[in-house]
Order: sequence, then C-alpha cells, then structure tokens
Amino acid sequence: MYLELLSNLPGVSGDEGAVRRAIVDLLTGEDAPDPPLTIRTDTLGNLLVHKQGRHRGPRIMLAAHMDEVGLMVTTIKESGQLQFKPVGGIDPRVLVSKVVKVGEQLIPGVIGSKAIHLQKREERKKPYTLEQLYLDIGAGGKEEALELVKPGDYASFDTALVPLGDGYVRGKAFDDRAGCAVLVELLLMESELSFDAAFTVQEEVGSRGAAVAAYSLQPELALVIEGTMASDTPGTAPDFTITRLGHGPALSFMDRSFIADRRLWQQLITVAEERGLPYQHRRFAGGGTDAGAVALSREGVKTAVVAVPCRYIHTPHSVMKISDLKDTVSLIKAWFESGVRI
Amino acid sequence: MDKEQVKDMLEILTGAVGVSGDEREPAEITAGYLEPYVTRLHRDSFGNVIGFKEGTGGPGAPSLLVAAHIDEIGAMVSRLEKGFVRFSAVGGLDPRTLLGQAVEIHGRRRCRGVIGATPPHLLTEKERKKELRIEDLFIDLGMDPEGVEAQIRVGDYISLVRPLLTMAGGNIASGKALDNRAGVVAMIVCAAELVDIRHFCRIYFVGTAQEEVGVRGAIVASYGLSPDLAVAIDVTHGLSPGVAEEDGFGLGEGPVVGVGPNFHPRLVERVRTVAREYCLPYQVEPVPGPASTDSRAIQVSREGIPGILLSIPLRYMHSTVETLNLDDVLLTGRLLAGFARSIDTDLVEGLTCI
Amino acid sequence: MENLLKLLTEAFGPSGEESEVAALIEQKIRGAVDHLYTDKLGNLVAVRQGPSPRIVISAHMDEIGVIITHIDDQGFARLAPVGGVLPHQLVGQRVRLKQGRVGVVYHEKIKNLKELDWPRLYLDLGAEKQVEEIRIGDLAVLEQPFVNAGGRFLAKAMDNRAGCAVLIEALRRLPREIPQELCFVFSVQEEVGLRGARTAAYHLKPDFGLAVDVTRVGDTPKAPLMAVALGKGAAIKVKDSSVITHPIVRQLMIDTAEQHNIPYQLEILERGGTDAGVIHLSREGVPTGALSIPCRYVHTPSEMVDPADLKAAVELLKKLCTSNWPV
Repeated sequence: MYLELLSNLPGVSGDEGAVRRAIVDLLTGEDAPDPPLTIRTDTLGNLLVHKQGRHRGPRIMLAAHMDEVGLMVTTIKESGQLQFKPVGGIDPRVLVSKVVKVGEQLIPGVIGSKAIHLQKREERKKPYTLEQLYLDIGAGGKEEALELVKPGDYASFDTALVPLGDGYVRGKAFDDRAGCAVLVELLLMESELSFDAAFTVQEEVGSRGAAVAAYSLQPELALVIEGTMASDTPGTAPDFTITRLGHGPALSFMDRSFIADRRLWQQLITVAEERGLPYQHRRFAGGGTDAGAVALSREGVKTAVVAVPCRYIHTPHSVMKISDLKDTVSLIKAWFESGVRI
Repeated sequence: MDKEQVKDMLEILTGAVGVSGDEREPAEITAGYLEPYVTRLHRDSFGNVIGFKEGTGGPGAPSLLVAAHIDEIGAMVSRLEKGFVRFSAVGGLDPRTLLGQAVEIHGRRRCRGVIGATPPHLLTEKERKKELRIEDLFIDLGMDPEGVEAQIRVGDYISLVRPLLTMAGGNIASGKALDNRAGVVAMIVCAAELVDIRHFCRIYFVGTAQEEVGVRGAIVASYGLSPDLAVAIDVTHGLSPGVAEEDGFGLGEGPVVGVGPNFHPRLVERVRTVAREYCLPYQVEPVPGPASTDSRAIQVSREGIPGILLSIPLRYMHSTVETLNLDDVLLTGRLLAGFARSIDTDLVEGLTCI
Repeated sequence: MENLLKLLTEAFGPSGEESEVAALIEQKIRGAVDHLYTDKLGNLVAVRQGPSPRIVISAHMDEIGVIITHIDDQGFARLAPVGGVLPHQLVGQRVRLKQGRVGVVYHEKIKNLKELDWPRLYLDLGAEKQVEEIRIGDLAVLEQPFVNAGGRFLAKAMDNRAGCAVLIEALRRLPREIPQELCFVFSVQEEVGLRGARTAAYHLKPDFGLAVDVTRVGDTPKAPLMAVALGKGAAIKVKDSSVITHPIVRQLMIDTAEQHNIPYQLEILERGGTDAGVIHLSREGVPTGALSIPCRYVHTPSEMVDPADLKAAVELLKKLCTSNWPV
C-alpha cells in the first residue's frame, strides 16, 4: 500500500525531499506505466507529472500536497534542550509527551514539559503553551546538541502506520499523503484522459507550492485531492460531523479559500450517483486547501476538492478507513470516464 | 565603502520621507546612490526604483533580483476635528509609542505637529490603565481650525520625525525608518563592492515600494522582472530585554540568514559557504511560516523564484528609536556581493533538482 | 435609477452563484457595448472598444449570504456564512434559496447573546423532513424588499448592486466616440476575498484600474471616526486595507470632479477592501483608483444609500470614461 510508505516519511513544509523522492521511485519503479510518465520538479520543490491517457480532453490538473505540519528548531538552550516553533497549524495540546525525529539525521527526540508534581494548582488548570514546551534529544549541553542538530532543522512526528480494527489504519500525515497515494494510483493505472499531476509543497504554510504549480501548468480544470477533517466522534452532534469515515470521498462546496465551481461540483455528484459510487458532502465551510491558490491562478481555473476523511488530522495519530481511499480513486476514474465536459 | 559612508547614507536616507504609497524621496536618493554602479535606472508605475547592471555572462546569464524596501511606516489624515487631525495608520504603527511624537503632515505645505491625547489627569483610574489606541490620539498643529482646513485634507501623508543619532563611539545608530533604509544602504554597499568584483550574473537592484502594507511592490516587481533568483534584504529583531532568545539576534554579530520554507536550501547553503570563504560572521534565523518580508511574495511569483533573505538585526522595530550596529549593515552588503559573485549557470540549473 | 436599483438589489447573487444578476445586467447593457462575455470564474465582461490605454472598471455583483452545511431529519438546516455576515443580524431574518424557497433563521435556546454563533443558528424552511429541493451546499441570500425611505434607498445587497447600477447608467450614457478602451467588469466573489477581479485583471491586462463599490460612513450616532457622510457626494478612495490608490488616478478623479462641479468627498476606510486591492497588484502592477458610494449599515439586510451620491457617482464615472487618461 503506497499510503504506508508515504505516510511514514518525514516531510514538513519546506522539507518535502524524502516524500518527493519516494514518489518518483514509485512512478519510475517496477509498477511504472507504459508509456512512461513525464516527470519534472520546479524550484520550490513541486513534483509535476504528466500522464498520457487514451484521450486528450481539457487540460486537467490533479493536485495533492506532499507536506505535513511539524516543528522547526529555533534555538538550543545551554542545557541542551531545543526550543521550537510550529510549522503549519498545530494545536499545542497534542504535542506534550510525543516522539519526533529531528533534522537530516532523523535524531529521535521527545517533547517534554514540567512534571505534574512540580506544577502549582493554577498551572495544572491551563493547557500547555508552545513556549512551555521543548524538545529533548538527550544532549547533555548546547555543544553536544549542536553536533546532532542545528537551528532551522525540521522535526516531524515519529509515527509508523499500523492497521486498526476492521479496515482502518492509524498513522500520521494522512493530510495529505492520502491524496498523494490516490494520485500515485491514478498515475500508475490506465487513464481515460490525459492529465497533469502536481504533488505540491508548502500547503500547510499557505498553499505556496500550488500557486506556482498552477501558474506553470495552466490547467482549465483542477481537482484538489485532500485529507480532510472527520469528526464522527463522541461529543460531536450529528449536525457538525463535517465528514464520516467509511462513507466515501467528501466533496467540498466551499471552504475558507474557495467556492467550488458549481458545475464541476455538481458534475462530480452526478457521476457518483449515476455510477452508484459512495460520496458525502464535506459539511463545513472553514479550513483552507490548495484549491484557493489553484482557482485564482492566472485567468482563473474551475476547481473542486475531493477529500479522504481522516480523524485527528494535524496530530501524530490520524485514523482513516482504507475503503474511502479506494472510493476516492474510483470516483476520479469515473469522472474521467464521464468525459469531464464543463 | 566604510562605516562613515554607511552612516552618512543612513542619515540622508532616514531623513527622507517615504511613507508607503509615496516613496518618491527615498526612491530618488536611492537612485542617486546606485547611479554610479548600474547601467540602467528607472521607476516603475508602482513606485519601485530599479537599477540594472549587466554581468560578465552577458544577456544569457542568470539574473538576480536584490530587493530592499524603501517605504516606511507612517500615517494618513483621516478626519479634521475642530482644528485637530485624526489619523489612520499606514503599516504596523504601535499606537503606544506615539504619544508625544513629533510629526510632519504633508499637506498643501509641510506642517509640523505633535501627537497628543487626553491628559492622564482627566482620565478615570480605569481609563488610565487601558492601552492607547489610534482612536485616542490626534495631531496638534498649533493652528486654528481655518488654518488647518486651508492646509490639510483627508488622505494627506503624515511622517514621523526623528534625526539619526549615533551612540557608542559611532558604532550604533538610532532613528526612524532604519527599517528598511539600513537594507537599502546594504544594497548600495553591495553595488559599490561589485565595481571591483567580477560577477557573471545580471543584477537588478530594486528599492521596493509598499512593503509595510503587504509586500505589494515586491509582488509586481518580481512579476515584471521575472528573475532567476532573488535576495531580499530587510531588518530582523535585535536582542534586548523582553525579547526571547529565539526571537532576537545580537547587534554587531553580522547579517542574519533566514532558513525555512520561504528560502531555497541550496541558496542558503551557498550564502553560508560564501560567508565562511570571506570570513564574514553571520547568524541564522529559523522562519517556520511565511516571512514578513518581500521574500514571501517573490518566492511565489509566476512559476516560483528561489531566493534567500538577509536581515540586519535591529532593536525596537517600528518605533522612532530603531537601533542597529553600522558594522552589520556593511557586512550584509559585503556578504551579498560575495553571494552575487558566486552565482553561475550551474547553481541556477541545480535549483530544480532538489 | 430607482427601478434599476430595485431590480438589481432584489435579485439572487451570493458569492459563487452570481449568474442571475449577470443575466439581468447583460439585458440592460447588451446594446451599449462592443463585446460581452462571461469568463471562467463567472465575471461578466463588457468591452467598449477604443484606442489605448485600456481601463478596467470593476463593480462586484455578488452579495453576502449563507450556505447550507447540514440538514437534519426534521428538515432544519445548519448554516455557514458566505462573506462577512454577522450571526446576530440573521436572527428572525428571512433568507431565500435560488429556486425561490424562503425560510427564517433562528437560534437554539441560549442563555445570553454572546453565545450567538454560527453553530447555534439554524434555518427553518418550513419542511418537516429532508426534501429533494433543499440540498447541502445550497446558497441563500437575505430576503428584504427594496424601499424608498424618505427619498433614500434601503435594500439588501446595495453592496454592491449600487456599484453595478452606477456602471450600467454610466455605460448607457457614453458618447459614441471614447478616447480609450473601457472594460467594464461585473466581478464575482468579491465578498469572499476579491477573487473574481483578480483573475479578470490578469486576463484583461489593463493600463489602469478603477473599482466602484460602496463604502462605510461616519455620520451616524457614535459611528467610528470617518470623514465620509451620506449625501455629500461620491467618495474618492485614498486608502483602505487592500490598496493605497495610485496618485495619478486619484488626482485625475479629483480634478475631474472639481472641473465638472461634481460633489465628492475623500475616503479613508480603516478596515475593508475592494476589487482595487487585487487589480493594482495584477501582473506588473496597474495604477488603480476607487470610486465609492457612501452606504450606511453595510452587510446588514437594510443597506442605505442616497440618490444624490449615486447621481454624483454616475456623473463622475461618465466623465472619467471620457477624460484623457495619461498614457
């Protein structure tokens, strides 16, 4: 399963090299399609792949982002511990007592905090703030730490994907390695239509990769493939679940960054309904995706988002259902087969 | 160039008025300083000033954009009120630093004024404890309402007044608009250094407009010039009491190289190598999110323009007592010149294969 | 003008679904332009051909609204805002779907008004269960008729159908010969981030830009400090959060107004933006100004404008279209 390989790799925004190399390996390895894919990168690190299909069709861009949220080391204390800042949106409450890998050498480290015994009653009542947390790589002092890491090094969650329950998996960075996995599958299988795939960088820090990728590819239609929030969990009223695991890909009508092209959105719904493929609405108008940057590229691009539902995104452990990933591939394939006429 | 020349240029440049949106004065002065070192000079319709210098590689060689913003924070008249002037911030003014500040309003003629507020004696205990907001402040021009109305109208620019001050035997300078006239001077130092240094790449020296209101000049300049790579020069926070160690940098310890998603890792590596080669000190600033400088805009222009950020440490940013070490300005210019010299076709072609 | 404004403000056109408004405008201006087309994002572009320079004049046709995010078994819908709608303005307010169905927004039981936020609001469309014609993703606009209130006009979506009306009126009164090319853009998705004007400006590559939109005023009880007042003329923008208007365009506007004795006021808007914000940053930069129509109670169901200001805005825009812009 491509997802396992991809999700286990570190790839915090601005440091997507490992993921990019792994995708190139998958696309040119033993499963490589015939005719081979045309692959290039740009100066930001986007991976741009052209897939030749049976028919030309309009210029279509499929995009998934390679980067994940993580941390960046800012200073090294005299005591050898590392101070850090978040890269992308991280809830500080998820960080305490987690394990990360730091820097190019993937040095293991833990996120420490003051022991509960030493905290005053008032302190215990408040959630940890980022300033209170630090990274401990077991270095005895600043010099020892500097031999292993340096300010500006990235740190990513140290999480390996494992199967969970019945058809579920647990792992990190499903936002958006799930999308990357979908895109890899689509590139490796026969395609009805030709398309450009953009594995983008820096989505989590403002969709910066997608902006330049879309400028460069000049698509007429774009589909952004995301891992999105699911809150089908206790404590959330049914009205506010956003998406639910096991109900198929989620279609966005809008988010903070874009309003789906109404016809493209409707077309995806129609394709799903006609083919009897599962789909659901992403019942939330917040959050941002690469769609915002793509839709406003140059003279404008008709854009929609198809997302794989994931619980607990932007934490070290997300949960998703494998069937949703497969259903997402099927929906996009069916959309191609429908001819995507807008 | 030496420290004395750096100080003189800073004195003249910070004495100029260039609130975002009307950068004519600093643009003219910058153009004057660049003129001996470049082959072409022009101002675009947005207000950016652009100097171009050919390299030994000729027209086919890679092009480098050097961007330093020439605008400064200030204010604009928003309303006249019984002879007093209410104003609106242009850029990130801290209203708490403004009470008692000398200003000039650029109306039909230049008018001197001072920023006032209701005196503390007339406030309640509770009101005194609240921070000052822009709405609480006004400008007193010492004129009667008719005089004010004859000279001033809504939309007139307001600049802060503070002559440059040197301290510590001439090493430290303090004043207004050192953010980012210091960066502009570093760019000029670089241009001067390159007279005696052969460089392969073609260089655009750009004084960008409207950085303080959303890096706007850099957006249009980088699109228009479409260079192969870019360096932004700006200021960053200096260490002072109350500034966390991770947020501040030592004055006199050299330029600060940004690392993070906005900067190309190969170019960062290159500038560090150049610094070691020339024995120039430098510091490193991790920038995990979008940089608050022109770098942010340039990187995502067109199909992407790889670049780096060099910053000069500066204390009390966005006040009229911004304070820096002149050596840092000089060193930044020299490091930039060394970086420019090191650019060749191989470096640029290698930037996509990361 | 009054009839046109009534027609435009009562039309359905939330951000993302502006086609009904576009069709109305198209009808009104079809004979008066050389080219008329809708672009990829839905902007309606009307071109009056002429020699260079090319000027883009933009007024957004979208309005604020709400979108249905969930429908429960009893037929109650949950909502999210489209553009800057405040939840407290919706309580008891009727809203209308594209297909015409009208409902009322109300809130769950709350202890105090501070709790009034989007998750506590719902829309009652009179359905007793989930029905076919109400779907997740449907957009709705505020339902409020146009009223002439003592000579001033009250309506929803005055922001920015007032601007659209000004463009239409100016366009229809243009002489046969004009000294430059004019591209009138009725833009989409302004209320969610100046989106339509951005792609339109990229496409049209103008030499100059001008946005026509409503602006806030400072002439109501304890209003924020602002020099603009209702009825004192068209406002020439100097600055808002999105743009500092280009000195050349601003001066041309001031000179034109003074030369033709058109009442005007200078505007600084503390918070807010217009299409000018994206037009002026398009490509290599486009010198851009903005003409504003003073409007009270912006982003509420009852936005108020003064016909004298509209008249001044039409007059100023018409004169600007026939003035010589510096090449």
